[in-house]
Amino acid sequence: MAAAAETIAVPTPRESPAAKILRYVARAPVHLVLAFLGLLWLVPTIGLFITSILPASSLASSGWWQIFSKPSLATWSNYDALFHNAGLTDALETTAYIAVGNTVLVVVVGALAGYAFAWLEFPGRDWLFLVVIGLLVVPLQMALIPMFKLYDSVGIFDTVLSIVLFHAAFGLPFAVFLLRNFFVGIPKDILESARIDGASELRIFLRLILPLGLPAIASLAIFQFLWTWNDLLVALTFGQNVQPITVWIFGQLREFGTSIDVIAPASFISLVVPLAVFFAFQRYFVQGLLAGSVK
Amino acid sequence: MSAVESRAGPRLPAAPPPAGEPGRLARYLTGALFLAPAFFLLGVWIVYPAVYTIVRSFFGQAGFLGHWVGIDNYRTLFTTSSLTTAIKNNAIWVAVVPALVTAIGLVFGVLTERVRWAVAFKTVVFLPMAISAFATGVTWRILYQQDPDLGAINALGRSVAGVLSPAGVLSEALPSTPGLQPSRGGLVLKAPLEPGRVALLGVTAIPPQDVPEGAAQAVRPQPAEGAVAGVVWRDFKPGGGTPGVVEAGELGLPGVTVDLRDEAGKVVKRATTGADGTFRFEDVPPGSYRAGIDRQTFAKPFGGYAWLGAKLITPSLLIAYIWIWAGFAMVVIAAGLSAMPRDVLEAARTDGASELQVFRRVTVPLLAPVLSVVFVTMIINVLKVFDLVISLAPESTQADANVIALAMWRTAFLGGQNFGEGSAIAVFLFLLVVPVLALNIRRFRREG
Repeated sequence: MAAAAETIAVPTPRESPAAKILRYVARAPVHLVLAFLGLLWLVPTIGLFITSILPASSLASSGWWQIFSKPSLATWSNYDALFHNAGLTDALETTAYIAVGNTVLVVVVGALAGYAFAWLEFPGRDWLFLVVIGLLVVPLQMALIPMFKLYDSVGIFDTVLSIVLFHAAFGLPFAVFLLRNFFVGIPKDILESARIDGASELRIFLRLILPLGLPAIASLAIFQFLWTWNDLLVALTFGQNVQPITVWIFGQLREFGTSIDVIAPASFISLVVPLAVFFAFQRYFVQGLLAGSVK
Repeated sequence: MSAVESRAGPRLPAAPPPAGEPGRLARYLTGALFLAPAFFLLGVWIVYPAVYTIVRSFFGQAGFLGHWVGIDNYRTLFTTSSLTTAIKNNAIWVAVVPALVTAIGLVFGVLTERVRWAVAFKTVVFLPMAISAFATGVTWRILYQQDPDLGAINALGRSVAGVLSPAGVLSEALPSTPGLQPSRGGLVLKAPLEPGRVALLGVTAIPPQDVPEGAAQAVRPQPAEGAVAGVVWRDFKPGGGTPGVVEAGELGLPGVTVDLRDEAGKVVKRATTGADGTFRFEDVPPGSYRAGIDRQTFAKPFGGYAWLGAKLITPSLLIAYIWIWAGFAMVVIAAGLSAMPRDVLEAARTDGASELQVFRRVTVPLLAPVLSVVFVTMIINVLKVFDLVISLAPESTQADANVIALAMWRTAFLGGQNFGEGSAIAVFLFLLVVPVLALNIRRFRREG
């Protein structure tokens, strides 16, 4: 992307210094506007962070920007208290179980199906794939009530498992769609020669497809992880004692003003992990996004 | 990006090497085994519940197959005020958000093509996409607090308002005697005055901390020839005092704007009180006048907009939502821009087209498919919005901020647990996104 931008930024190979300066001056408004917008986009998150490191007593009378005049107010005591709060640490643990469990499940099940749709032959294959694509747009609200009742009668209501399975099912259509389209692009010769050598389909799947499909699998895994880490609706419906961090903070929202010293740092903790994942795997994240939408 | 491009594989993979009948059966079986886990999950968690929800939506609250109510649940959807509010609000969401997000994404995408630090800008704008909508709700709720001392947006509003219309010296004051009456937003003496008289403008109900700084003992001014003199003072002292009389221990009110009006009510003179509360209109021609305290003295300080109140909650939600999704639109559109044929753009520029013309006549038409994808994606997202509303809107205004997904959840899982009505709302939501389903399948067929 950057390379493309530079090719148009330099339309003529030779330029007099005066023209160069003129060009920079002409661009100044664009730089200023973008810098302003960038700042505007950062302020809310910065505000949340600063709020999270201020004591409740100073937040009762004045906003987070007071830190610019009184930097000494900053304290880690809110965080310290939170990490000694069993409610929060349990919630973090639950969130991790849900996010990791769902990610693994969706990747494994989605890759198996994606491979079948891409490279195995059986009757009704394209038709079945269309059904999967169709399921992409079923809103999960369509399943909340029946699964609530089913979980209750089977006795897995309020468990990590029930939340993970629900997420996994609704993550699958996108997973199958993404992986099938990627696997189809793997050169045919590689698979053919493996088959002629007598490799089983399972072996081909494990030894060829999974390693070659790693970029798409990485995109999918990141998406699934973030989606379930950030979920509120599903966990709020199927969990009572089992609470991921979003649901736990949601329980505190009723006293927004008085528990701001709990809500702000807990919210910040909840977004540190997604941000870390995002920064570490930004490339795959954007790829998955483009594959999912431009299609 | 290579991952994305290599999707365009063969339409149908070639058949494996020819094999006999038993081989084919084994292949079918293999396919079934690979698909089994996926179809188990899809069947039990999506297909079965979807059918159940559709059937359930025709039955009442009492229980499944309890009592058939026909389309009553759907009728309720359009007659209960809390649900029609949700539908109306969602209509506003659909009308505003997809268009704005696409437009902002386009502007950001085009602007970032012109700077070298585009990656940094894109990262910053894209960040909210990684954060949960729930945490975003909490974040914006801090910014939206009504008290300008606490909420950053109203604090900004207060500094702007402080310049445009500063707060008055006395915002809560009341007249101390019936002789002084409210008029034109200020207070005016009932009795007319001629030059040479003294105007006594006593006010009360000023808490000690609100007395203007530098206030000194009030003084009753001496009458002067050809002038109207007067005093504005805090007509109150501990232990009482006589209303309408300037007494020891009562403070003058400095900085108050006083008007002298003629018979027609026109302001002919204006003065400001001193530390002891006195003022004087000089060179007043003979005639009958009225003296009074100007309205700007009573201007209320900026108290902050109720961003989370019933009236503004939906616009507030829209702003926060656009903050989240602008990055998505920008990244997708920027990818479309970078894939655009450069020679077409260059040709247009060589032909002397201005940047604006290139943008309108070449860039936007070429980008149309990408823009429509962003637009359609945003319609679906907006129809399903839930987390942000439930976390940003305080419980007291959730009824005003209601949207379809939230109405469904509240109806089914809060209070009454009305599964019949909840199912109907879910089906309604499903019906709204079905056209997009058709679109997706068509696009898949076309691109294979």
